[in-house]
Amino acid sequence: MLTFLLRRLSESLIVLLAMSLLVFVGVYAIGNPVDLLISPDATAQDIEQVTKSLGLDKPLWSQYFYFLVQVLRGDLGHSFMFGTPAIELLLNKMPATMELATAAMLIACTLGIPLGLIAGLKSQSWIGKTIMTVSIFGFSLPTFWVGLVLIMFFSVQLGWLPSSGRGPTIDLYGISISFLSWEGIKHLFLPALNLALFKLALIIRLTRAGTQEALMQDYVRYARAKGLSESRVIGVHILKNIMIPIITVIGLEFGSVIAFSIVTESIFAWPGMGKLLIDSINNLDRPVIVAYLCLIVVFFVIINLVVDILYALLDPRVRVGGSA
Amino acid sequence: MTDIHFTEFKSPSIRLLRAFSKDWIALLGLSILCLLILLAVFAPLLVPQNPYDLVQLNILDSRLTPGSSSFDGRFFYILGTDDQGRDIYSAIAYGMRISFGVGIISTVGALIFGATLGLSAAYLGNRFENIVMRIVDIQLSFPAILIALILLAVFGQGLGKIITALMTVQWAYYARTARSTALVEMGKEYIQAAKCLGLGHIRIIFNHLLPNCVAPLIVVAAMQIAAAISLEATLSFLGLGLPITEPSLGLLISNGYAYLMSGKYWISFYPGLALLIMIVCINLVADRLRDTLNPRLQK
Repeated sequence: MLTFLLRRLSESLIVLLAMSLLVFVGVYAIGNPVDLLISPDATAQDIEQVTKSLGLDKPLWSQYFYFLVQVLRGDLGHSFMFGTPAIELLLNKMPATMELATAAMLIACTLGIPLGLIAGLKSQSWIGKTIMTVSIFGFSLPTFWVGLVLIMFFSVQLGWLPSSGRGPTIDLYGISISFLSWEGIKHLFLPALNLALFKLALIIRLTRAGTQEALMQDYVRYARAKGLSESRVIGVHILKNIMIPIITVIGLEFGSVIAFSIVTESIFAWPGMGKLLIDSINNLDRPVIVAYLCLIVVFFVIINLVVDILYALLDPRVRVGGSA
Repeated sequence: MTDIHFTEFKSPSIRLLRAFSKDWIALLGLSILCLLILLAVFAPLLVPQNPYDLVQLNILDSRLTPGSSSFDGRFFYILGTDDQGRDIYSAIAYGMRISFGVGIISTVGALIFGATLGLSAAYLGNRFENIVMRIVDIQLSFPAILIALILLAVFGQGLGKIITALMTVQWAYYARTARSTALVEMGKEYIQAAKCLGLGHIRIIFNHLLPNCVAPLIVVAAMQIAAAISLEATLSFLGLGLPITEPSLGLLISNGYAYLMSGKYWISFYPGLALLIMIVCINLVADRLRDTLNPRLQK
C-alpha cells in the first residue's frame, strides 16, 4: 500500500510540475501585457518602469523559478487589470462557481435518479424508450447552444426568468450566496439547468443500467417473494444497491462540472471563476490565467488522487495490478 | 438477432448497407449528413452570396427578418441577415465548410497519431506501453474542454492551433482503443507467423496488426468527429477558437448572441440549428456503425 501511495503521489507531483511549466512558458511566451496596460503615447521610460515592476525584464527561467517559489507560497502575482492579488480575485469568485456547480449537480440528481429508475423498470415501454432517446440529446447538444435556447425561450419570449448576472446575494458567514432569496433563485435556475443537462443524461444512463442489473439479482426476487410492496422493493432494495456507483460518479464528475461552468458562466454572465478566466484571456491578464489554471489542475489532481486511493483501499486488485 | 445465420459470412460493407437499409432513422441521418456535406463543399456554387465578399454586402440590409428581400432587390434572404447585411443562409454554408473541415482534419490527425502509438504500445509492450498508457490515463482524467482551453489560453488562437488542440484532446481515445484491440490480436497465430517469417516491426504493425484493428477505430472516429465539431464551436463561441477571418458556426452564433435580447433571434438561432443537425446526424450514423461493427454485439 505504501509503494502504491508513493508512486501515485509522485505521479501527481510530475503532472503538477509539467502543468506549471507548460502554463508558465506558454502564457509568458505570448503577448506583451505592457502594451495593453500603457497608453500608446507612453514614453520608453514609462514602459521600462512598468516592465520592471511586473518582473518582466528578467530571463524566462528565473521568472519561472521565482514563479514556482511564489506559487508554493500561495502567491500567484497581481492581476494586471485590477492590481489585486490574482488568487484573491479567484477565491472571491469561487463561491459563485461552487454554488452554480452544486445547484447543477442537485438538479441532475433529483431529476436523473427517478428518471433513470423509471427507464430501468420500464425499459420496454414507450416511456422508458422516450427517456433514453431524450437523454441522447443531453449528451450530444453543445452546452452553449442549449444555454442560448434557454435564454431565448424563458427570458426573451416568455420573460419569466432573468438571463444574466447573479441577482442580489446574501452574506452567510462572509460568503455571498444567492439561493437564499427568491430573486437569487430565479437568477440561479437557468444557468444551473444548463449546466445540469449533460450530467443529467449521464446519471439517467447510470441509474438505468444499475436498475436493470439489480432487477435480475436474487435479493430482488426474494424481496418480491416475501410479498413486500413494490414501492419498498424499489425504494429500499434496488435504490440502496445502485447508489454506490452513482455516488462515486457524482464525486468524480464534480470537477468536470466546474470545468464546464466556464461555458455556462460566459453565456449567463454568471460572475464566477470561469467567466473571470475568459475575461482574463481576452485582456491578456496572465497572472489570473495562470492562477486559474493552477487552481483547477490542483483541484483535479486531488480529486483523482483521492478516488484512486479510495479504490485501492476498497479493492486490493488495484494495488497488486498497479505494482506489477 | 434473427438474421444470425446469413450475416455471418458477409463483408463489413455489405453488413453496413444492410444495417442502414433496415434502420430508417440512421438512414435519414446519413442522407441529411450527405446533403449538408454537399452544401458545405459546393457552398460557393449553391448559395446566393459570398458572405465574406464585402462588395456583395449592403449595410442597408442589416438585421432583416427571415424571408425578406434585399434593399436593391438582388437577394432574397430566406433566413434573414446579420448586423452587416450578410445572408445568414450563405454564412451557414460557408461556416459549415470550416466546421466540417476542422472536425475532420483534427479527427484524422488524432486517429493517425493515437492509433500508431496505441498499436506500437501493444506490439512493443514493456516500458513503452506503460509510459504511453499512463499518459493516456492521466489525460483522460481531465475533461476535454479543459485541456483544449488550457492549450488555447497558453498558446493563443488560430486555425492551426485549434486543430492541434483538438488533436491533443482526442488522440488518447484512439490510443486506448487501438491498444486494447491490438492486445487481443497479438495473441493470434497470424502475428506469430509474421514474426516467424522475420518481417520488420513496422511492417507487422501496419500491414498485419492495423487492418485487423480498423473497425473499432472507425467507430470511435465517427463519434469523435461530432465531439470535435461541438468542441470547436464551443471554443469559437467563447472567442478562443477561430479568428474572425475563419467564421465557423460557433463564431456566427457568438456574433448573433448580442442581438438575442432584442428578439433578433435568427442571427444566432439558425447557425445553431445547423450545428445541432450536423451533430445529431453524425451521432445517429455513428451509433449505427457501432452496433454493426462491434464484434461483441454480433453473436
